[in-house]
Order: sequence, then C-alpha cells, then structure tokens
Amino acid sequence: MQPSDLQTITHKEQTQRQKHRARLLCCGSTACLSSGAAETRDTLARTVKLHQLGHEVQVMTTGCLGLCSRGPLVKLQEPGQPEVTYAGVTADVARRIVEEQLIPDLGPSPEAADAGPHDLPHLRASVHKARAARSLHGHVLPAEHPFFARQLKVVLALNGQIDPERLEDYIAHGGYGALARALTTMTPDGVVEAITLSGLRGRGGAGFPTGVKWKSVRGAPGNRKYVIANGDEGDPGAYMDRTMMEDLPHQVLEGMALAAYAVGAQSGYVYVRGEYPLAVKRLEKSIRAAYRQGLLGRQIFGTDFSFDVDIRIGAGAFVCGEETALMASVEGRRGMPRMRPPYPAQSGLWGRPTLINNVETFANIAPILNRGPEWYAGIGTEKSKGTKIFALAGKLTNTGLIEVPMGLTLREIVFDIGGGIPNGRRFKAVQTGGPSGGCIPAEHLDVPVDYDSLRALGAIMGSGGMIIMDEDSSMPDVARFFMEFCADESCGKCVPCRVGTTQMHRLLQKIVAGQGGPADLAKLERLGDLVRRSSLCALGQSAPNPVLSTLKYFRHEYDALVASGAAAKEPA
Amino acid sequence: MITLTIDGRAITVKPGTTVLEAALAHGVDVPRLCYHPDLKPSGGCRLCSVEIKGRPNPVASCGLACEPGMEVTTQSAPLTALRRDLIDLFLSDHPLRCVSCDKAGACDLQQYAYQYGLTETSYDFHLSRTLYQDDNPFFIRDHQYCILCGKCARVCDEVVGVNAIEYVGRGFESHVATPFDGPMINSSCVFCGSCVQVCPTAALLPVSRLRQGREWELRHVRTVCGYCGVGCKLEYALKGGKIIYAQGYPEAPVNGEYLCTKGRFGWDFATHSDRLTRPLVRRDFAAAHGLTVPTNGGGDFVPVPWDTALDLVAEQLAQTVHAHGAEAVAGLASARCTNEENYLFQKFFRATLGTNNVDHCARLCHASSVTGLGIAFGSGAMTNPIQDVRHADCLFITGSNTAESHPVISYEVVRAVKSGANLLIVDPRRIPLVDHATLWLQPKPGTDQWVFMAMAHVIVQEGLLDQAFIDARTEGYDAFRESVAAVTPEAAALQAGVKAEDIVRAARMYALGQRAFGQSVYEGRGHAAILYAMGITQRRNGTDLVLTLANLALLTGQVGKPSTGINPLRGQSNVQGACDVGGLPDVLPGYQKVTDAAKRQAVAARWGLADLPAKPGLTVTEMMPAILDGRLHALYVMGENPMLSDPNLEHVEHALKALDLLVVQDIFLSETAQLAHVVLPAAAWLEKDGTKTNTERRVQLLQPVLAAPGEAKPDWWVVQEIARRVEARRDRSARRTTDDESPSASVHRPWSFTTTAQIADELADVTPSYRGIRQARLHGAGLCWPCPTDDHPGTPILHTEKFTRGLGHFSAVPLQGPVELPDAEYPFILSTGRVLYQYHTGTMTRRSGPLSWRTPEGWVELNRQDAERVGVEDGGAVIVRSRRGVVHTAARLTEHVPPGVVFLAFHWSEAPANRLTQDTALDPLAKIPEFKVSAVQVERA
Repeated sequence: MQPSDLQTITHKEQTQRQKHRARLLCCGSTACLSSGAAETRDTLARTVKLHQLGHEVQVMTTGCLGLCSRGPLVKLQEPGQPEVTYAGVTADVARRIVEEQLIPDLGPSPEAADAGPHDLPHLRASVHKARAARSLHGHVLPAEHPFFARQLKVVLALNGQIDPERLEDYIAHGGYGALARALTTMTPDGVVEAITLSGLRGRGGAGFPTGVKWKSVRGAPGNRKYVIANGDEGDPGAYMDRTMMEDLPHQVLEGMALAAYAVGAQSGYVYVRGEYPLAVKRLEKSIRAAYRQGLLGRQIFGTDFSFDVDIRIGAGAFVCGEETALMASVEGRRGMPRMRPPYPAQSGLWGRPTLINNVETFANIAPILNRGPEWYAGIGTEKSKGTKIFALAGKLTNTGLIEVPMGLTLREIVFDIGGGIPNGRRFKAVQTGGPSGGCIPAEHLDVPVDYDSLRALGAIMGSGGMIIMDEDSSMPDVARFFMEFCADESCGKCVPCRVGTTQMHRLLQKIVAGQGGPADLAKLERLGDLVRRSSLCALGQSAPNPVLSTLKYFRHEYDALVASGAAAKEPA
Repeated sequence: MITLTIDGRAITVKPGTTVLEAALAHGVDVPRLCYHPDLKPSGGCRLCSVEIKGRPNPVASCGLACEPGMEVTTQSAPLTALRRDLIDLFLSDHPLRCVSCDKAGACDLQQYAYQYGLTETSYDFHLSRTLYQDDNPFFIRDHQYCILCGKCARVCDEVVGVNAIEYVGRGFESHVATPFDGPMINSSCVFCGSCVQVCPTAALLPVSRLRQGREWELRHVRTVCGYCGVGCKLEYALKGGKIIYAQGYPEAPVNGEYLCTKGRFGWDFATHSDRLTRPLVRRDFAAAHGLTVPTNGGGDFVPVPWDTALDLVAEQLAQTVHAHGAEAVAGLASARCTNEENYLFQKFFRATLGTNNVDHCARLCHASSVTGLGIAFGSGAMTNPIQDVRHADCLFITGSNTAESHPVISYEVVRAVKSGANLLIVDPRRIPLVDHATLWLQPKPGTDQWVFMAMAHVIVQEGLLDQAFIDARTEGYDAFRESVAAVTPEAAALQAGVKAEDIVRAARMYALGQRAFGQSVYEGRGHAAILYAMGITQRRNGTDLVLTLANLALLTGQVGKPSTGINPLRGQSNVQGACDVGGLPDVLPGYQKVTDAAKRQAVAARWGLADLPAKPGLTVTEMMPAILDGRLHALYVMGENPMLSDPNLEHVEHALKALDLLVVQDIFLSETAQLAHVVLPAAAWLEKDGTKTNTERRVQLLQPVLAAPGEAKPDWWVVQEIARRVEARRDRSARRTTDDESPSASVHRPWSFTTTAQIADELADVTPSYRGIRQARLHGAGLCWPCPTDDHPGTPILHTEKFTRGLGHFSAVPLQGPVELPDAEYPFILSTGRVLYQYHTGTMTRRSGPLSWRTPEGWVELNRQDAERVGVEDGGAVIVRSRRGVVHTAARLTEHVPPGVVFLAFHWSEAPANRLTQDTALDPLAKIPEFKVSAVQVERA
C-alpha cells in the first residue's frame, strides 16, 4: 500500500456511507454484549430488513459507548440531526427505534390507504399509529447528559463512530494516516521528539514520560529491538485496555508501528490478558487485515520500514502486568519479575532493547501525531498532559468507561459524570489504581486527578480503575479484600511479598473479624512498611497501599474493630 | 574503572560489578540467601539490601551495578532491623527442627537466624507446603524446608540447561516443582545434583546423607573425579571412613561447584561387594604352575598371596621374553590410572622387558586427534582450557554428545549460550545440546566431511578468512584452497542431506565468531571454538577429519587466542596423561618418538640404560591379530576392558583366549579379567594419590579418600613389584650400563619408589612438557602443560605466538565416506557412543546404586518410522545383527536418530555394541577403527 491508497479507501467508504440516510450503531463491547447487545443488533438489522430500509439505514457494530451500566447502548446518527444515544436497548426497544424513528412519514392520511394486511403501506400505517401512542423517552440519553458532556474524547474519539472489525472504517476516519506521514515525512528522531513534546506519560500507572522511554530504547545499542503493548489489565473493575483492544485495535497497532519506527524495532507483541477472548479475536482479525493491506509486514508504505506483530496471551497471572514478568512470559517462561536495572530499554525481550508501553499509551500516539503535540500538550495539567480513560465502578449512579482531561477533580468525576451515589447514601471513599492504589476520602474530593496529586495522597492514578464506596463499606474489609488479592497474586519470588502479604492478610482477617488487638494493628503497620520498602517489584511494593491509605484516612474504623477485639478477649 | 564508597571505604571495581560483588570481593560480608556468584541475581531474599545515599529505600545489592561516587552502607540499625524482620518472615514458613536436621551446621538460614538473634517467628507459623518427595535414589526434596530462594531452578536453567524444575503456583503456595509435580525421573532432570549443591537449607539433600551425621562430624577430602576427561575436582564428606556425600567446591579449577550425576552420586561402586580384594589365579593355570589348588569350592579362580601372584607373573613374562623375544609381550596401559602408574607401566615394558608394545584405549578414541593435530599444529591436545568456552562468541560442536559424555563442559556451553553465544552443532543425532543450538545441521552419518569442507569453501569464497593470520602463521594454504574449490555448499548439501543455506550460515557464524546477542568480551573478530569428540575421530579417515577441522581454524585465525581453537574432548579421566607419559607404542614420555635416537637415548640414560627399543610397538588394534598370528604370547592389561571396549568383540575374545599369559589388573572381575590367567586387585581412584591430566592438559593431584579394600594395591605398587621381580630374573647385563659408566645411575635406584611424588619427579625429568610439574606445585588449581620449568605457570592456551611445530599446516585431504555402507541385507547404520548415567564399559557405573537405578540396562535407539517397519514397539525386544555379531536388546523409539540410523551405547555387557563394530578398516595413521559407522540389520525378537 502507498500513502495515497488511504485516500482511495476513504473515498470509497464515504461514498458508500452517503448512500444511507441514517446509521444505527450498536455497542459491541463486552459490557453491552453481556447485557444482550448481540440480540439488540440482530433485532435492529432484522427490523430494518423487514421494513425494506436496508438501502437507506445502515446497522453496524461499534465500540464502547461508555455508560456500561445502562447497556445495551445504541446510537442513531442522521445527517443534519444531533446524534441520539439510547440506553437499555432490549430487543423490543430496538424494534421500536427502527419502527418509530426511521420509517418515513407516510403523509396525512394513512388510514385512507386502501391496502391489504401484507401490503407495505398498510404496515407502515399501523406503525405510524403506534408511534403516536408510545414513546422512547425513557431510553433516550440526550447529548447534554453530564455523563457525556463532561468528557473529552481524544483516544476514544472513534468509539461510537467506526466498526472495530473493519480496517477500512478506521482508515476512512483517518486511520494509519499518522503512520503514513511519519514514515514518509518524519525521521524516527522526529517522532520521538513529537511524543516528548506532547508530554505523554505512561498510561499503565507509573506515569513515566513516554518520550524519555522511547528515546532511551532508540539510543540503546543493538540491531534487533522489540515493541510490546501491555494489555495484561489485571486490576479488579478496570477495563480501559480491554476496550482499546476490542474497539480500537487498529489504533493500538498503528501506535505500536509508529513506536517501532521511532525506536528502531522490527517486531512487536501485544500481550493480552487471557480473560479477554473478544480482544484477542479482534486483534487477530485486525492484524490479519493490516498484513493483507501491507500496513504490517515488510516495507510498509513502500519504505524500508518493516514491522511484524504477534499476539501473546496471558494465563491469568496478575503479576504479568509487571513489565519484566510480562517479558518473561512472552519468552515462554514463567511470568516472574526480575530486578531492574537493566531496564527493558537496555535489555528486554531475549536480552534485546525493548519498548514496553501500555496499550492505552499506544492508542494515544496516532491522535498526538494527527493533531500535533502542541495541541495535545494543551490538554490536562502542567505535568500530566492529555486525557485519561477511567473505568468507574462501585456505588455510583453512572458506572462505565469515561475519558476526561487530566486535572478534572475527583468530585467532578464522581458527582457530575458519575451522577453521585445512588439510593441516597453518602460518599465515603474512592479507590484508585486497583490493588496497588489507595483509598481517597471525601475531604480530598477536590483533588485534581493527575499522576502527582494522587500520589501525594498515598493513592496512585494506576491504569485507571476507580471504585466508589459509600457509607456502608467497611474500609478495613476493603483493605482485606485487596490484600487477599495481592497475596494470591504474588509470584512467590521475594519473601516480603510472598510471606509478608500473606501475614498481612492474616492480621487483617483477624482484625476484621473483631479478634485483633492493638498489637496486631501495630504489627500490621510495621509489616506493611516492610513489604512496601523491601519487595522486589511494584506488586509487592504497592500491595500495602490499600492498607496504609485506609489506615491513614480511616484509622478510627480499625481502632473500633481493634477495641472490640480487645474487649472480646477480656475475660468476662 | 569505577570508584565508590562502601561503609566509608573507597573501593575501585570494573564497570558492571554489582555492589554485592564489590562488597564481598573486599571482605565486606553482606547477608544473602538467594545469591550465587554463578547465577543471575534474583533479588528474592532481600537480605543483601543496603542503603545508598540519596535513595529513600534500601536496595538489593545483588542486582545493583556500582556507579561512580556511589555511597553504600551495608550495616546500620535500620538495615539490621530490616534483615531481622525478613528472617522473621522466613521463619514463619520454615520449621525450626534444627536439633535433628541433617543440614544443621551447614544451613544458611540457621546461620542468619543465629546471627540476628531470632529463636522463633513473631508471626503466625504456617507452612506453605509440607510435601516430602523421595522418588529417586539420588536426592530427596523436603518442601517444608524450602525458602524459595530459587537457586535450584536457576542453576538447572542457567548452568545445566535442562529446566527440570521451576517455580509453580502463585502466592504463598508457590513452590519449586517438576512439570505437573511428577517424579523427577519423568522430568528432564539429569540428576546432576547441582540443585542440591546450591540449596541453602535442608530442602534438597543427597539420599546418602540422610541421618548419617552432621557437618561438624564430617571430614572433607578433595580429589579428582575418576570418570571422564573433564577432570572435575570434588570434595568427599566422610564419617568413620565412609563417604557420606560428594560435592563440588568453588575453587575447583574446571568445574567449580558443578558435577555430573556420575561424579556426584556414582562413588558407591568403590565399596561394592564385587571389588577384587585378593590376587587370583585361574584354577588350571595355578595347577599347571605348581601352585596348591584347593579342591573344594571357589570358581574358576583361586585366591593366592601377593608374593605368589607377583612371582608367577614375573616368571611367566620373563620366560615369554626369553622364549619368544621381547616383541612377544605387550601391555595395555590405562586411561584411568595415574600419570605415575602409566609412566611406570610403559617404563616397565620399554626398559625392563625391552619392547614398545604398549598402548591403551586412547587408540580407540582420540588417536586421530593425536595424529591429526600433530600434523596441523604439532600438538595433539585441546588448544584451549575448558573455562574459555564460557566466553566464546560462537561454539561449533561436532561429533560430541557433550551433555552426556562431558556433562560439565556442556554446562559451560549452556552458560555461553545463555550469555549470547551462537551454538552451531553438526551431528547426525539430535543430541541434548541441540535444545540450545542456534543452528543444527544433521548430516547423514559419515558425510560430515562434506559439510566442513563446504564451510571452508564458503569462507574462501566470501572472503571471511583471516588473511593476515594465514600469511604470518601458516603454510600449505594454496593446496588446501584447491582442495575445497569444488566442494560447494550445494554439492555438500546433496551428499549430506542438509540445506546449502545452512552450510553458508554455519560458515559465516563460525568464521566471524558471530554472537546471537550481547557484547563480546573480545575485540575485533568474534572468537569461535570447535569442540569435537569421537564422532570425528572414530572413523576410518579420522585423521583427515581432524585435519579438516584444523583447516577451518587456520583459515579463520580461530586458534591461538582465548575461546578459540580445536578442542578434542577426551573421554577418560587420564587418557590425556596416559598418552603424555608414553602409554603409546611409538612415543616415549612427552611424545618423543622412539625412532628419534637422540631423544630415546636421553631417556634411556635417565633410566640407567644405554638405549631403548627403537622399533614402534603394536597398537591395540594390531595386538589382537598379532596374538592370533602367534607373534604375541603374553598380555598385561592394567585397568582396561577390551572385552567390551574394542571393536569386533568375538574376534577379541578369540584372541585373548589364545594367549599363553593374560594378566589383568583391575578393581572388578571385568569381562576381560574373566578371561585372565592372573587377576591382580587394584586400588580404585578413590583410594589413590598421584596425578592425572585432564582433557585441557591440566595436571591435578589426587588424594586418597578411602582405604583400598582387602589386599588391593595401587597400580604403581603392583607394576613396580612385577618389574623388580622380572629384573631379578632376567639377565640384563647386555643391555644395562654399569653403575660406573652412568652418571645418572648413581642417583637412580630403579624400582624402589616409595611415593608417587618420587615417580612424578622422574617423570618430570624425562618429559620436557612436564618438567616443571612437581606434585608439591599441584595443591591448588594444578598446572597445564607445557610447563617446562619449576617456576613456569603452565600453558592454558597453546599456539599463541607460534605453533608447536612452527607454522600451522594446512592439509589438502581427500573426501572419503565410511567403509561399510548400508545395503539390502544390512540396511541400517549403527552408531555407538555413551549415555549420561554410564561410563565406558560400565564396570564402575553399573555397580553404583543410583546410576544403575536410572539406567539399569541398555537399549538401541530406533527412529519411529523404522520401528514401524521393523514391527517393534517402544521397549520391545530386538535383535541387532552385523556381519560380525549379534546383540539382543530393547528398542527405544525416538526422533533423536534419523530414519535409517540406530544408536547403541557400548556400556552394556549383555548387549555389547562392539560385537557389531568392525576392526578391519583402520585409519591409516591413527589405526583407529570406525566405531561410528557399521551396517546392521534390526529385527523384532
């Protein structure tokens, strides 16, 4: 493929689209599929066909529309009209959307038509009658709904626009344009420079400046280098990466190809969590399509740049999200972290310099190059640029996937976008960053969400999971839950993590059960500090965070449990 | 160099040194449980954490590279508290049964608990795993003691390269296990016990050690392993004169802490009840020579006192020489006896009996190396030391099943590959090291010469040669170039059945010393080394094949530098030494030709004689026909077993039975000893002192570990006693100069040695390359010959400035295939060799409990496709026939041999491979038979 071929495909796609007067986009991501989106889509298609609207109304699958708690979601696009998103689109609702919104007005007097029961005008007439009687009002999510209005879609901009499984659709929306331009007009150093200028930081959680990492891989000696996309998303409740891989697989692949060009790599791997079969399927399909079109493989866009991508599927170990463990797993060994340095940039996969970024980080690359690093750097805060995708879960009215500019406050996220706490309960805490993160109490709700502010509170941005807890949650029990998770997921290599987290979990169990005394609490704190300071990798180093942060902000809950525990032990 | 501060001391180290290495090297002790200097740092125990100025948290020093100006603190109150807390955690998952633990006194965790003052854990005590696995007779796995330091799994991966064990499971229940937690024997385990060696606790223990005593009760003796030619040094732990266990030790010059299964676990043969403890004389022979023969009981042999046996042997030898001449007696020296013993043995034949008829089984293994490398370089031994392998950029292994025949050298290969070296293997069998190879070429048996010559062709064609080296250091290049001009990769590919492009790749890889990854430790062209063994030498054109390999090294300048060279891996513990000290029919000690009058007479003078026989004697392969021809009447065999090791055994048996006198000196009643007239009980290597020379020419000192059983005596004592008695019987006046005429004779009292050190001194006097090698100098790492003076440091690398012969000699050699090709009647090619758990003719290993448990009996390897045609299943009985003999054994179906090729090891007396091999087509120079290619038929039994 030559760069000009992108225009040809785009033109063809647009021509095709202009034939339709309306498009129905049915969310096809895992969350909506689990609430029946497959049937919704089938019903939409069947109903369109039944009414012989196939040539004017297009029904297609698209990526996650965000408000997962209200799925299945369907979006209606008509030229010149504002788009409308429908929530809770069951099969019945789907039929009604077609019948009530898309069948053209039949004129003033449908009853006058002289037609038999199987006659189309007759059918339409009956529909027209029904339309007046019922309303879809309860299912319509207006564009000004705060869940949508406060978001800024940069990375997810194409979600809800394109079919994840069609490469041509991605191309028609500018896809692979950044790669074409970079390969034909930019030097690798220029690409690194642009990413550096954009201020992008790693979206996997640690927030390391992406440009700095790319530069160091680029500068590492060696003629064989690798690029790895980390899609081993393991935090409970988080699914940002899954969405990227399921819904915008080509955007991830394009980002990887750009990275490979920038750092001088020839091969890449997408490491996908084993629990994400749909992501694997769509990535496989996308990689095949990209190879067919010459967007992967040898001499891409007729240049000297060649790049191969393969998928590696994880086997359920949380620790494989840690980059050195992930690389061991890609090499076919047990996924266990090793000490750094050497960092992957110097000695990664099979001892070669390796660039490893989160899939969300890669998904940021094409938008940055398309709209310019300066534009990107204009979004967000001074030190945290751009947007971030979060998965909202827990005791919240609107749960789902959102993309917001860095620096929005927690309050805006929880109460505006999230719609606050349901059932009249009070907000208690938000847990960010999964098992490695911390719990932030109500008094810090006005903290801007960026890497550094969250860290200052003892939490972390993490990959973007946010779990909201209301007044009914016991914070020691929340800490116990995360500690159990970490203890189970320890790789067993270093003693503070393998034995330390297990002992911490035992102490928490005792305390939560009301059987612990003040000495247990003191031991828990001391051990938490030991595990944090002396563990080998980030899993162990951050495992005590839920405990330490809840001890910091909710100590009274522990004290109460310990007091009752001590009382229980008193002889009667 | 980098300078940093550790505990206030300025310390300068090489870049890349870790803080822990720097500290330990400068006497700063940092606690550590998972660190091992040979393994990649793990960072699991965290005990070695230190404070680095400017960093908020302690850092594990094992994985931290030194940086200039770094300020390191290894001891502080917070660090002590941290370490104490960590040990506390370890103890919460480790039973404190030290009072009855076999490892008490040698347990690292116990040591640190003591050091940090912990008597018990402050946490809930909870064992993550209590499994006890005793599924093999080598070692047990007691998981309750495991602290998951991971050293066992790392050594298995990084050094041994078999990955039999690895962490499995997650979280607290993580543990080290075989695949699916099955018995060790179902894993890829090679039972080398390296895991046991590095285990810091009682989680892995040798079975032999259980309940046998604790560290402080044990005495340790270090000696040289008596099995293969690697020459590992090892340390035996003894209690009450009994071996409790064996282990390597870090200062062992060749092997460090690592051993193979035979070395670590195969020492129990020494106390086997089959050991010979008294001299024996064949019943009819005793009767015929007037000895009192008890009429009741006993078998074919009657035990006699030493004096009787020695007198009988001396008398018979003297009579034979008297009756038939000196050429009618011959001796087989031993590749398993010491230098001193072999020296005395050949001296006995040359000086006392007056014949050069002395040879040994080196004839059957590396005779072609001695001839070939002699022609090319002037010295027929490994050019480079074993530890050079580790730093090579490219290793080229051909005709050597290194992992089974020289396991500890294969560990070095694995270590090189793991650090980025390319491994190129040319072998018809899929040997275990193929798992680590970058490129494996599988030529049809007997066609490898095509591959080597085509590689040379490519190197010449592509200009990958080292012209400066060729110009300055070699001769004969033009004729050689002509000889490979027609051998294109395509032509070779057709003959050998390998891909032409692979030959090209191999040529480039070797010539340029290409690495797979990582940085070379050498400047300029990468360093590539060739390792080979019997797949090359045991051929009817073995000398030519060795020359072909030598040509490759000369062409590319891959010789005379570290990590290069041509390295014949020698098979037995002292086969190098037995050759060095003159256990060959054509040379005196130090490869001085018997035909060279000046050298011969110099040796004669030192021995108090005017001259020595000048006619080269018979080789092993010539002795058997000579017996049947009636030229040879008496044979004295010291520690060899030709009845299993020589080709065409029926012929050998026929010959040995035709002898007037067969004397066998051995530790067991071997297949050969069973045919003897007189059997003399010898001490085993575990019971001896003296020196041995390993495959890299390193002369090392033995120490007696055990007392010899019964009346068994060291071989040197026996040889000397016989020699003394023969001399007393024979009229030597014609050959011996008088004391007055010989200046050296005044200091020389023949056959009166009382220690091996005295023999070693005389050996050094007559052997130029050993002249500086005295036993007193060998207590450390030993010395590599040539070592010409008492203050010479030895010569680990040969030919650095110039070749031993001056210029390296290119040889234009003809292409030749094997003698016996498969045909309709004998459609398979038989290849012979060794298996890991057995050694040579199995006299020792088959009497070792653990080793014989692992491989109790022999088998023939058969490709699955062939098995289908033969109609045999895995383990099924088969009959293998050649034109010379028949063997009954079991079939093992495998993909390791290609269709049309079968493999049978030569260890098995009940299924002796050498009944099938041929002894007629010998290499014209080396006189080595073609063990590696015989035509056979295979049928279901």
